[in-house]
Amino acid sequence: MYSQALNERVEGPRVVEDPGKVAAFEARIDAEERIEPNDWMPEAYRRTLVRQISQHAHSEIVGMLPEGNWITRAPSLRRKAALLAKVQDEGGHGLYLYAAAETLGVSREELCEQLLTGKAKYSSIFNYPTLTWADIGCIGWLVDGAAIMNQIPLCRTSYGPYARAMIRICKEESFHQRQGYEIMLTLCRGTAEQKAMAQDALNRWWWPSLMMFGPPDAESQHTQQSMRWKIKRFTNDELRQKFVDATVPQGHYLGLTFPDPLLRFDESTGHWRFGAIDWDEFKRVLAGYGPCNRERMAARRTAHAEGAWVREAALVHAEKRRLREQAQKIAAE
Amino acid sequence: MMAEQPMPLWEVFIRSRTGLAHRHVGSVHAPDAGLALDAARDTYTRRGEGLSIWVVPSSAITASDPAEKGSLFEPTASKIYRHPSFYDIPEEVGHM
Repeated sequence: MYSQALNERVEGPRVVEDPGKVAAFEARIDAEERIEPNDWMPEAYRRTLVRQISQHAHSEIVGMLPEGNWITRAPSLRRKAALLAKVQDEGGHGLYLYAAAETLGVSREELCEQLLTGKAKYSSIFNYPTLTWADIGCIGWLVDGAAIMNQIPLCRTSYGPYARAMIRICKEESFHQRQGYEIMLTLCRGTAEQKAMAQDALNRWWWPSLMMFGPPDAESQHTQQSMRWKIKRFTNDELRQKFVDATVPQGHYLGLTFPDPLLRFDESTGHWRFGAIDWDEFKRVLAGYGPCNRERMAARRTAHAEGAWVREAALVHAEKRRLREQAQKIAAE
Repeated sequence: MMAEQPMPLWEVFIRSRTGLAHRHVGSVHAPDAGLALDAARDTYTRRGEGLSIWVVPSSAITASDPAEKGSLFEPTASKIYRHPSFYDIPEEVGHM
């Protein structure tokens, strides 16, 4: 579903790079060439990508949890089938991204461990609860809407395997936002109670959705370097503004109001101006103190632990069959 | 954690339509070739993108070094007579 531009410092020993190689690498970036797994790349580029792609993958995987809660409670078979397909897509997107990260020399087991031990971050948005069915509408409309805004420029990111994964993801994701908006539209055209449910969900999801684009540019430590290397094509604030401009008219069409008294259209720039984002809340949620952080991590850890015997049995079974085939071959000779 | 045995890695190639070549789409982890095919189907063809799938152990792939592309592909660069534009044909003869 989405990667958050968290921009925290990339850890690891400082590497002194060969200036000639760096210059050749940057010339390739400037020429819009894609960097491929076996190509030389600066260590900081590799680390930034591993961090960003794996955070993105973790977000897809954890993102299945808040929506998965509602599969058995979807109000109709049509909604249930769509939600199931969407959650299945998120799982697939996580796998595409893990595979892209692995081309940078990090193993799936390491990535998985980083998520389960809390060393790696995932998008703050998935630490909020899905209290009503309208939340599923809001996740599709706002959370996937924000994700798409963020992901479309990533289809042109400089690292080939990441760009190709993003192309697949964007193609598949186009239905996610539409199914969410359709849920909202249905609720808003329903009873007063249903419309109130939609409004309540918008009230709770609006600000966390804006936080999905990451800290403001002024506080963003790595934006410049990531832009220089064409990992990112737009800054956090640019993408946030695009999202607000696209989304506010959609909300008004639903007949809903946004929980921001300062939201107004600026005729001179053609942009919607919005109030201050509560960055303390963002930092708290990222640090592990959001409403559902512990629940999400517990669910992932349980799923991983309970699947261990399946992985083990599959490997043992594959080995047993290999040995049996080998024995048959020898016997035939 | 981490005591688990790593799951083998497979590269996935999909033929999207009759007549097209199998094209690399990504990779999956699976204990054997059969399960790698199943995983590739579930991961990369949820919308009927494929007519057929190949899975190849990642360790079986040998790749050329892009840094040496100059010397590796040198023979092609110097053989301009392999291209039709090398030959002069009078305009009156028409398109050939």
